[in-house]
Amino acid sequence: MKFRAEIDVMPLTALLDPQGKAVTSSMKNLGLAEIENVRIGKHITLGLEAADKEEAHKKVEEACKKLLANEIMESYDIELFEESN
Amino acid sequence: MKFGVVIFPGSNCDEDMIYTLASTMGQEVVRLWHKENDLQGCDCIVLPGGFSYGDYLRSGAIARFSPIMTEVIEHANEGGYVFGVCNGFQVLCESGLLPGALLHNNNQQFICKNIYLRSATSKTLLTATIDPLDVLKIPIAHGEGRYYADQATLDKIQERDQVLFRYCDESGEINREANPNGSLENIAGICNEKRNVFGMMPHPERASDSALGNLDGKKLFESLLELQTA
Repeated sequence: MKFRAEIDVMPLTALLDPQGKAVTSSMKNLGLAEIENVRIGKHITLGLEAADKEEAHKKVEEACKKLLANEIMESYDIELFEESN
Repeated sequence: MKFGVVIFPGSNCDEDMIYTLASTMGQEVVRLWHKENDLQGCDCIVLPGGFSYGDYLRSGAIARFSPIMTEVIEHANEGGYVFGVCNGFQVLCESGLLPGALLHNNNQQFICKNIYLRSATSKTLLTATIDPLDVLKIPIAHGEGRYYADQATLDKIQERDQVLFRYCDESGEINREANPNGSLENIAGICNEKRNVFGMMPHPERASDSALGNLDGKKLFESLLELQTA
């Protein structure tokens, strides 16, 4: 079975996100001062072949733990979709 | 001491490091391409600065899976010396050889300038002969150098005397103003628990030749080679 994973990698909420902070403050200049707490992460998509959804999730989780996210500074969230051939 | 300088695609301080070790310090140095699997009997492996793999994903994240890193990790685990500077420090954190991580500078800028630092321990080969009161002027050049570790890890590092260097001002005062990138506790460099793996953001190899008008970085290499500094 073919799957597509949509992964969000975000800086941990406890950490200062300088990119998000700079964007938040620029919102005032746009006249959108009500926008607050902008945080910027990464969105990763990937395709994979696996026997079932459970195996696919396990493999994507391994990819996240080993490379795609650094859990010292980031958290990740995986969404899996079955792809029709 | 025989040194091996690892070259990743995107390393750009490798030649400066080789020049310092070979020409300035008179040591045997070999170049180790990241795809190799043999450390050629080197005593100390150096991971130089640069932008390995274009800093894609996170600085040092992809380099950590280069073939040579398997050997470097084994060398470190067997007690061999490993020294990472700037991007090399990031690779060491990503590979788990050093605790913590290096985040984007808190001002979101790439900072390239001389800063001041002081040795925080004399109980490592890299700092053994450096007076902790000596203020060293050494350049930094990084966008991701904000040292971070969770509180428990940070406590452990400090209890075990693993902080090698802290950013300070010209007079040696360690304070918030002298912290260029927002690193926790002004940390500029650390070592592992076994004290054979060193990582630091400042570039000592850029401050080791009299032609550059700055020799403070040379003190680290002299210490590494157990040469008594004057």
